[in-house]
Amino acid sequence: MISQSLVFVGHNFLSGIQSLGSGTLFILCALYNIVKPPFRFARIIKEVEFIGVKSFTIIFVTSLFTGMVLALQGYHTLSKFGSESLLGSAVALSIIRELGPVLCALMVSGRAGSAVTAEIGIMKITDQIPALEMMAVDPIEYIVSPKVLAFLISLPLLTAFFDLIGIFGGYLVGVKLLGVNEGAYFGEMLSATTFDDVFGGVVKSLAFGLIIGWISTFIGYTAKSTTEGVSSATTNTVVLASVAILITDYILTSILF
Amino acid sequence: MIKIENLSNRYGSIITANNVSCEFECSEVTVILGGSGSGKSTLLKQMAGLARPNSGRILFEGKEITCLSKKELYEVRKSMGMLFQGAALFNSLNVYDNLAFPLREHTKLSEKVIQTIIKMKLEMVGLRGSEHLMPSQLSGGMTKRVGLARAIIMDPKIVFYDEPTSGLDPISAGVIDKLILDLNRKLGVTSVVVSHDIESAFKIADKVIILFYGNIIASGTPDEIKSSPDAKICQFINGSPDGPIPFSHTDKDFMVDMRSQWK
Ligand SMILES: Nc1ncnc2c1ncn2[C@@H]1O[C@H](COP(=O)(O)OP(=O)(O)OP(=O)(O)O)[C@@H](O)[C@H]1O
Ligand SMILES: [Mg+2]
Repeated sequence: MISQSLVFVGHNFLSGIQSLGSGTLFILCALYNIVKPPFRFARIIKEVEFIGVKSFTIIFVTSLFTGMVLALQGYHTLSKFGSESLLGSAVALSIIRELGPVLCALMVSGRAGSAVTAEIGIMKITDQIPALEMMAVDPIEYIVSPKVLAFLISLPLLTAFFDLIGIFGGYLVGVKLLGVNEGAYFGEMLSATTFDDVFGGVVKSLAFGLIIGWISTFIGYTAKSTTEGVSSATTNTVVLASVAILITDYILTSILF
Repeated sequence: MIKIENLSNRYGSIITANNVSCEFECSEVTVILGGSGSGKSTLLKQMAGLARPNSGRILFEGKEITCLSKKELYEVRKSMGMLFQGAALFNSLNVYDNLAFPLREHTKLSEKVIQTIIKMKLEMVGLRGSEHLMPSQLSGGMTKRVGLARAIIMDPKIVFYDEPTSGLDPISAGVIDKLILDLNRKLGVTSVVVSHDIESAFKIADKVIILFYGNIIASGTPDEIKSSPDAKICQFINGSPDGPIPFSHTDKDFMVDMRSQWK
């Protein structure tokens, strides 16, 4: 009984280490192909459209309501100390440093990450990936690299958009609804937010873009060649990417700020 | 041209090749026949270097294909074409872009020349005029024929066909058989065809190999196979349920199995 569970743990540990190793080689190869010609601009633009542009609506809605709820919560807390004027900086700092990059990455991994895994998995089970190899085109260079690069391009931009709309949502609730002074809202925001806050947000969003790109493409690429294989791979991508994003967020916050 | 030596391969308990050795001559049509799940597609992929066998050697023009570097392998692949069992068309591209893909990747031909080549190849498979269709708009037989057109678009020296005529109506199947023969007789294209269709196999083959659950049970010219006294081969080419090859998956007697369930 004990030896059986030891075997189980050991086996999973070893295969975990193994896929970590092959995953590292995989992403290094993909990143190398991003900087090496040929550059596939058409493919990259198509992927940015799918991963970035098509995420706009969902990011708009989530960021608007995140900003609104932050203002609502913040107002009630701050008004206890009579410092409602700090609302602008509270909203802006929590969005720019934390919520913007993290929520944006979570939404993108749910919407685009899962789709990327499913797409690559289906290409695999319908022999489209072997067909690329047969035509002497490297599937990592043709399929994976443009997707990873598109995540790297899209996430900082989407995060910036999230920050903007989030702050606007806070303004709607804080200033228009609860009556915080407009000048105080933006004035406090500008004086409290430093370059480091914005820079940290950008670094985070780049890291999250890399994480989603890596996990979604690798899991799709190594999915079992069956229908169930692809469907469980899709789920795995969302779960793994979300966990990895939150863990990385903690690590990056402790380093950056 | 391709020589397989002592190739063995298995997926878990499924044996797809058991110490297989055979040779595929240059400018010949070799047909691999075999039951469903007997490892034909796997063998074809291994010959093209897409999958690694557990053991054994595959020599392509004297070079071992599993030992080639990625660059060398891709160089070799430019002279190979493959029709996959499911055609493997890129479903995000229409027929035209699917066919243009290898040309755009590896040649500097102008779009006009590419267009001409595509028209010619589509004419060969009887689908000229379907350039703008997406793969999801094609029927099974049309998909297969577009896949075939893509396999020969770069004028390869060797073409692997995985069931080129299955799912086609008799006329299209006849045309495809003739196309494979023409490519071989007129241009000297080496062809390896995986098939279920005994009749067409005997029509086009210079050499027939019968694969049965990972073992080669017969190989020779169509005439040799047809006149073979071996009971297994007779059963296979006549398609009869009774004989040394069991139809059923298990050796348990059907009546015994049923009775034991009701006891
Ligand atoms: N990548 C793989 N992983 C696990 N098992 C596999 C894999 N590829 C093939 N198999 C198994 O190997 C066996 C042979 O498969 P293969 O596709 O070569 O058969 P086939 O002779 O082409 O059959 P068919 O005529 O139906 O196409 C099958 O039982 C299949 O389940
Ligand atoms: Mg097959």
